[in-house]
Amino acid sequence: MNINATLIGQLITFVVFVWFTQKYVWLPIIAALEERKKKIAEGLAAADRGVHEQELAQKRALDSMKEAKAQAAEIVGNAKKRADEIVDEAKDQARSEGERIVEAARSELDLEANRVREELRSRVAELAVVGAGRILKREVDLAAHKDIVDALAAEI
Amino acid sequence: MSSDALTSSEYIRHHLTNLTFGQLPDGHWGIAENIEEAGQMGFWAIHVDSMFWSILLGILFIWGFSRAAKNATTGVPSGLQNFVEWIVDFINDSVRGSFSAKNALVAPLALTIFVWVFLMNLMDLIPVDVIPEIAKSMGIHYMKVVPSTDPNVTFGMAIAVFLLTLYYSIKIKGLGGFTGELTLQPFQADNIIVKILLIPVNFFLEFVSLIAKPVSLSLRLFGNMYAGEMIFILIALMYSAGLGMGLFGGVLQLGWAIFHILIITLQAFIFMTLTIVYMDMAHTEH
Repeated sequence: MNINATLIGQLITFVVFVWFTQKYVWLPIIAALEERKKKIAEGLAAADRGVHEQELAQKRALDSMKEAKAQAAEIVGNAKKRADEIVDEAKDQARSEGERIVEAARSELDLEANRVREELRSRVAELAVVGAGRILKREVDLAAHKDIVDALAAEI
Repeated sequence: MSSDALTSSEYIRHHLTNLTFGQLPDGHWGIAENIEEAGQMGFWAIHVDSMFWSILLGILFIWGFSRAAKNATTGVPSGLQNFVEWIVDFINDSVRGSFSAKNALVAPLALTIFVWVFLMNLMDLIPVDVIPEIAKSMGIHYMKVVPSTDPNVTFGMAIAVFLLTLYYSIKIKGLGGFTGELTLQPFQADNIIVKILLIPVNFFLEFVSLIAKPVSLSLRLFGNMYAGEMIFILIALMYSAGLGMGLFGGVLQLGWAIFHILIITLQAFIFMTLTIVYMDMAHTEH
């Protein structure tokens, strides 16, 4: 219970401890705390930014989806129109081709018929003469009765 | 347990005596053998036990805290760092709450006071005979393990705080401002003659309140811890009074120890808060 030099020793010890605490305890810990505070604030800000950006991206995605849909619809419409056109064209072409083929066939037919007719005609006289010759047993001369035969052939 | 040779009052006196190193009556320097010798040593003696335990606890404090500070990361804190940061945060809030000026010294000062005083007070919870008996078996006769029950320890810290407040008072307000604070209030007058007449009265009042600060700061801590220690000693006396009293004493000791946890924390906190307040008063003009 005596007051003595312990007091001075304690005073000096105390000062040393305070100095040490300030230098090696307080400042590093406060620095770490401040830095962490900053880091957390940055993290929160980044999260906010992220949410905002996500919203924007969603909006953008929605927009482009809408645009794509519209484009697709347009493309489908165009394609349908084009297909109709193609079908119509094809129909027209087919029809005209058919007509052309039919026409060609008909004219060929006509030609053939004419040719056959010409041949028949040219050979009718011969046939008639052969027939008549057989009937008349050489009594008829081709040269003498040519006018009659020709008249007959013309009637075919 | 008190040894058979001791009476109750001798037991108590023994527990309240520090291990004192100083000049013995025959002129040699050494450890005082008994209470009378310790008393005769005068001012130039030192309480070896108080110094040993307070420095040991102080080193424990700065070792633990500086280890946490050195490894402090900005990531997720774990274990020791978390605990240290919690205390640092608490001190920081206290300082921000009561200290309005800017001074980088105040917060570390408060931290040192709070943890160190708390650790010194915590020694009170160790049963009063454990460490003295161990010391006795090592040949050391006196061992007071709670440094804060030594008025030298509390006065040493209070005087350090007092000197700091004086230093900052004069640094912030100037010598004139500080003197004015001591002499020109609380009684003020416009008339210059009345003003001069009031100076002695003012100085007396202000000087007493100035001196009262370190005295009350140290005596409050000392008184509380000394009384708590005394009650532990008295309870310990009951152990030598038979089985029934011994058991009752055990219950009492447990109860008092639990209550004492509150007191030691509160006293450490009060010492710290008052230090912050005194430092704040030194920094602000009235």
